[in-house]
Amino acid sequence: MSTETKNQAMAHALNQALRDELDTDPKVLLVGEDIGELGGVFRVTDGLAKDFGGTRVVTSPLGEAGIVGSAIGLAMAGYRPVVEIQFDGFVFPAMNQIVTQLAKYRHRSEGRVSLPVVVRIPVGGGIGAIEHHSESPEAYFAHTPGLRVVCPSTPQEAYALMRAAIRCEDPVIFLEPKKAYWSKGPVDHAAGAAPREALDRARVAREGDALTIATYGALTATALKAADELAAEGTEVEVIDLRTIAPLDHETVVASVRRTGRLVIAHEASQSGGIGGELAARVQRDAFFELEAPVLRVTGYDTPYPASRLEEEWLPGLDRLLDACDASLAY
Amino acid sequence: MEPTLDLRAALRDMILARRVDTEAIALQRQGELGLWPSMLGQEGAQVGAGSALRPRDVVFPTYREHAVAWCFGVDPVQLLGLFRGTTMGGWDPAERGFQLYTLVIGAQTLHAVGYAMGIVRDGDVGTGDPDRDRAVLVFLGDGALSEGETNEAFVWAAAQNLPVVFFCQNNQWAISAPFSVQSRVPAAQRASGFGFPGVQVDGNDVAACHAATEQALAQARAGGGPTLIEAVTYRRNPHTTSDDDLRYRDAAENDHWRDLDPVDRLRTTLLESGAIDDAFLAAVAAEEQELAERLRTGCRALPVPSHDDPFLHTLHTMTPELARQRDEHLAFVAAGEEGPA
Repeated sequence: MSTETKNQAMAHALNQALRDELDTDPKVLLVGEDIGELGGVFRVTDGLAKDFGGTRVVTSPLGEAGIVGSAIGLAMAGYRPVVEIQFDGFVFPAMNQIVTQLAKYRHRSEGRVSLPVVVRIPVGGGIGAIEHHSESPEAYFAHTPGLRVVCPSTPQEAYALMRAAIRCEDPVIFLEPKKAYWSKGPVDHAAGAAPREALDRARVAREGDALTIATYGALTATALKAADELAAEGTEVEVIDLRTIAPLDHETVVASVRRTGRLVIAHEASQSGGIGGELAARVQRDAFFELEAPVLRVTGYDTPYPASRLEEEWLPGLDRLLDACDASLAY
Repeated sequence: MEPTLDLRAALRDMILARRVDTEAIALQRQGELGLWPSMLGQEGAQVGAGSALRPRDVVFPTYREHAVAWCFGVDPVQLLGLFRGTTMGGWDPAERGFQLYTLVIGAQTLHAVGYAMGIVRDGDVGTGDPDRDRAVLVFLGDGALSEGETNEAFVWAAAQNLPVVFFCQNNQWAISAPFSVQSRVPAAQRASGFGFPGVQVDGNDVAACHAATEQALAQARAGGGPTLIEAVTYRRNPHTTSDDDLRYRDAAENDHWRDLDPVDRLRTTLLESGAIDDAFLAAVAAEEQELAERLRTGCRALPVPSHDDPFLHTLHTMTPELARQRDEHLAFVAAGEEGPA
């Protein structure tokens, strides 16, 4: 097991997290399309089949329902499967298994049976991909009681949260922002898995008192850039990386909004029925009198994800985020 | 390999399991159950398959495997909770290896495949030690043959040579859709396309169902891979107590299958051969009465879960927002119980 801090891309941090959990717990195994020799289409499982063998790192037949459905059976048999869905847009054939089976079994068995399954899904756009390769399906999962939904924003978070997710007794939908796969950051492997509570808590990525931006995944980096720009103008913005989308840690956001009085929520997923609406509702419930401005959202639009030549403008980016912050601050 | 079925025990199991079914229908008519999926006519297939299991085998049922549950030692009263609305499950699936009923068609075939992958990884296949080797028996209906997930399960089982036996009760009807809507070929024939053996048996012949299942399970436990068994039978009652089967099928067809009834058939055979006598049947009838009584009182005594329950078993640990929702709900319920102020 690696013990030093490294400057590492998120894909490599995830690889190390999977490696360390495979090393630690013989019940952990990886299953997915092309994850063996190829190392997955994003190479997140690179080298693991070679080191742990084909029974721990299993290249599966092509079938998403089969991948998740068989992981359920493996978990029932006492294993801790970590499965890979190749792309966000390909998870839907597995939705039945995720929604009607994986999410429900703890409740159906009155708490007797846990299904510690991690479903890894590369998510989001901004990489110039073609159709079905840039989706943000998190709200579908967050709407299903019984699932946890995690989305890291940095290599360190990816490493620690992946290890925590694998150790968690609940099913975890682990969303890996593709756009962040190759951005580097320091990763302290010695710190090991994040404490389980991290799967319940948001993270304050930058402190400030003028306005709160709440976001997650690849957009966290954009929000930090926005905060830098506003700081240059003398406005200190607090950036909260939600980290987990279900459960949604609105309390950390509420505590921040009580100080700043302003909230801008940013996510790539389309607006209607999105996580931003849920967060906004809870914040106005708990901090109505502290709000100096309406809660604003910067999101993808309520359209299908566009052709990649249009995605730069379609996606919430730095300019749209700064516009929203200005609008909030103008109240 | 010689089948090991004790025909007298099989007849007793079939009669008692049928009584579970009959009583459950009566309880539904009395308003004690919201719904009941009857298995009348399928006792031969289910007892045949269920009696071939060993204690370490694992069963993945649909929602109609009442006689298999009986054979595997699940308390029949516990079968009623799901249909009475006191539980979403009903028994401890880990205790006996009889998994919870699955209502989504075909979903359990993949769970069976995953469990079988676990058995292989545990090294509990092909050791030659009868106390160690295990297999998975998964039930599906003819309608499930059309589900993509069932076909994925076949692919998985074949590719990984898994110790899983797919037991398809072709009872001819997927609610109102006849088998001809599902397949142009017999179900058993499907298996060859996936690369493993398919066997068709008379589903109303308990001995044939037992022999086929015993052989397939033995092969699976020994590392010989999967088998698809098609037990050709007939669902003589409607799909559930909510269904009106005379809208889609002829009563004469039902009469035809009534004449092929698996229980009558075995009883007649055993009486004629002198293997059983009236005293045996009287003893079983007395057991039936006791069972019926236990089901009636047991059903009404099934514990209603607390309003807390769903909150406790949603995630392993309760989140603050869920705790808030629980408190709100419990206060609401408590206020209702106190009556208007």
